Amino acid sequence: MMTLHVNGRDHQIDAEPDTPLLYVLRGDLKLNAAKFGCGLGQCGSCTVIVDGKAVLSCVTPILLLQGKQVTTLEGLGSAADPAPIQRAFMEEQAAQCGYCIAGMMMRGQALLMRNSKPSDAEIRAELGSHLCRCGTHMRILRAIHRTARLMDSAKLSTTAGSAP
Amino acid sequence: MNGPINLDRRQVLAGGGALIVSFSLHGTQAQEQSGSTASALPKPPGSLKTAPYLDSWLRIEADGSVTVFSGKAELGQGFKTAFQQIAAEQLDVPFASLKVITADTGLTANEGYTSGSHSMQDSGTAILNAAAQARALLVAEAARRFELPADALRTEHGVVIASDGRRLTYGELVADGMLHVEAQPTSPLKDPATFTVMGQPIPRVDIPAKVTGGQAYVQDMRLPGMVHARVVRPPSYGAQLTACDTAAVETMPGVVKVVRDGNFLAVVADKEFRAVKAMNALAAAATWQETARLPSQDDVADVLLGLQSQDSVIFERAGAAAAGGKTSLEATYTRPYQSHGSIGPSCAVAQQAGDRMTVWTHTQGVYPDRQAIAEMLRVPPAKVRCIHVEGSGCYGHNGADDVAADAALIARAIPGTPVRVQWMREQEHAWEPFGPAMVTKLKASLGADGKIADWNFEVWSNTHSMRPGGAGSLLAAQHMAQPFDVPAPKPLPLPEGGGDRNAIPIYTFPNARIVHHFVPEMPLRISAMRSLGAYHNVFSIESFMDELAKVAGADPVEFRLSHLDDVRGREVIAKAAERFGWAKTQKPPRDRGYGFAFARYKNLAAYCAIASEVEVNRETGRARLVRAVAAVDSGQVVNPDGLTNQIEGAIVQSASWTLFESVSFDDRRITSIDWQTYPILRFDAVPDSIEVHIINRPGQPFLGSGETGQGPAAASIANAIANATGKRLRNLPLTRKRIKDAIDA
Repeated sequence: MMTLHVNGRDHQIDAEPDTPLLYVLRGDLKLNAAKFGCGLGQCGSCTVIVDGKAVLSCVTPILLLQGKQVTTLEGLGSAADPAPIQRAFMEEQAAQCGYCIAGMMMRGQALLMRNSKPSDAEIRAELGSHLCRCGTHMRILRAIHRTARLMDSAKLSTTAGSAP
Repeated sequence: MNGPINLDRRQVLAGGGALIVSFSLHGTQAQEQSGSTASALPKPPGSLKTAPYLDSWLRIEADGSVTVFSGKAELGQGFKTAFQQIAAEQLDVPFASLKVITADTGLTANEGYTSGSHSMQDSGTAILNAAAQARALLVAEAARRFELPADALRTEHGVVIASDGRRLTYGELVADGMLHVEAQPTSPLKDPATFTVMGQPIPRVDIPAKVTGGQAYVQDMRLPGMVHARVVRPPSYGAQLTACDTAAVETMPGVVKVVRDGNFLAVVADKEFRAVKAMNALAAAATWQETARLPSQDDVADVLLGLQSQDSVIFERAGAAAAGGKTSLEATYTRPYQSHGSIGPSCAVAQQAGDRMTVWTHTQGVYPDRQAIAEMLRVPPAKVRCIHVEGSGCYGHNGADDVAADAALIARAIPGTPVRVQWMREQEHAWEPFGPAMVTKLKASLGADGKIADWNFEVWSNTHSMRPGGAGSLLAAQHMAQPFDVPAPKPLPLPEGGGDRNAIPIYTFPNARIVHHFVPEMPLRISAMRSLGAYHNVFSIESFMDELAKVAGADPVEFRLSHLDDVRGREVIAKAAERFGWAKTQKPPRDRGYGFAFARYKNLAAYCAIASEVEVNRETGRARLVRAVAAVDSGQVVNPDGLTNQIEGAIVQSASWTLFESVSFDDRRITSIDWQTYPILRFDAVPDSIEVHIINRPGQPFLGSGETGQGPAAASIANAIANATGKRLRNLPLTRKRIKDAIDA
């Protein structure tokens, strides 16, 4: 048994310590957003935020997460009460199949938490480790720019963990 | 009795509603009805041809709620939203009041596969007409009750309103069996000028869940008591499992069962990562005898040309004898095997309850998949239900059907327990059926007038569909102790075609001859990949058109227009050229090039023209698509943003195929098994801008647009690279190394 802090709550987890965080999020905590894409840290679809930084949950064993704050897309907002980044992705219709999108959003969220006005080049560089197969890239970029504007205009504070 | 498994069709469909769908009355076969009773009449449009009863498509409850049924599967392209728009518009009910149910052998019509950009043409057209006819029936019923002529009535928000102000809701009007009538050949469709829902960029209904962590995919399913399984696949095609001591694996934590059936090997565990660990242990315990003899990856074109082929002349025109071709040109173009590369490996959930098997799957065809799985399990199809649940985008026949079969085979071994199986990344990459390698040889002559006098086009290709129908298409069925043979490949018939899709040029040439060399032998496992042969054939034709234009000293856009009679095609070309700022006198900046390409997908679906700007780094050979401007005509537009999204995606996806992608293999094994060994486009290669300009055609038939952009995008990039470097590259992919080698040559 270990305690995992996810989306602002403590969870008692009964899993082998080498279990990657992704399987605990999806299996034990029944959270959908982080996705299994490769299990190799090559595609980014499993990305979550740990202590303010984007982390590949498919290659991060839970034993490394004692005392850390884990945030998943579910922790940012909901369909009824979306976070700025969720609103932006809806407004830009920035998905086709959408399987990669949660990971993209968490990487984008982590970027915006440390840099509220990233340039287009900075966003592209930040998302360099993420793959999308439907070709939704232009919309993803637009959605992250829009998020920055939404956050700025609303002066909304982010909820995902503490800044590093 | 477990809820989802034992749903009785009668209970489900009768549930409180006033209208009972035909299936409940006619059983499973009802969906495969031929509509033979209407033999003397013209057939109704779209999929109403094969499922003519209106209540196969629409159900209206006594409370006025409306459910739309489609046999097509949402593959992440957003047509579920488009269907909802169509039904809302033609029925005159609020968009949000509708529910759309897709592909489920227990509930929806058999619309075969969701493929070939057919969803809007087949299902969208059926829903359009069914909704219009249903509205007419409701109005007629209101007219009867009001004792007024139908044209004194109007509809609004699910209510029929008389000129004297009397009102009846659809729920009040609907009666048992009212929609259980066969569709008429023509429908009282609304005037497109009055549309308020169709033609609007309505936000997609599936996106909120996808951006907030809602349950959106089969990967997200969690049934009570569900266990997780992983398959251990052979290391190569045809490998035989000679030994496997499973004892140690069976005692691993959480392991429920090891399932072995011939060369089919799988392990089931209570938790997913325990299944992964057990899979690794099981793989280490297995000994395989490998027999595969794969051709040399570098000689694929020679291999294809060297295999036996069935040759057919698919088009021939011998017009006025050319006044002696002035200049002749020949070229050979090749395409490698390419991977669908779904970001999420294929996944399915299956449960055996009593003698019934239910499979939740992201297959593109629930009915054919059911047929194949039933055959594999050696049970009647009626004992199997396949329910489509969205998966990661598939772009054709990926591992979806195979993993559904895996799940069913494993679930049969642990009756009653729902089993979720997801493939590992390396399994998806190594075992999915690839997009086939292709070779095209082109030869043409230019007349004294600078126009093409004769045109010869030959294409060599495997089939482009090994989709199920029979069990032999499924890996699990091939690997069982009593295996099923892989069915004999067949060429796909024209006019849509397979390897010869878009091989016949849309241009008018006085003399033309097109030959399809269908190659039955398949050195690698292949099947349908988005746009089938059209990707390579359009790449070849549109590259060659540029080569000829250059020889003729003509502007590429003008050269195309001078050979094209099709008016809509000409408008699409003109629109893309105009919005790009294409000019005969244009001169790109240093190390940049402009390229243009055009096609009408399958010569019968959407038109698409793309102008591209590409930059080439002469030192590294790296090419990047900088800017693309597309014009598209897909008939009547239902959701312009959805259409734009498809074309934007086509351009980026095709840029990835075209610049980066080829499956690699050694003499035994597939060696491109992850994203490092099968690189695809990343954000550093994403264009600065993509513009999509839609030419809407109100009242015209829907033309499928999910695959129309891939071919033109490839050729426009190749043409831009040629424009930038002066070198013509004819072998896909147009990699950095190939470009560098061409520059240095």
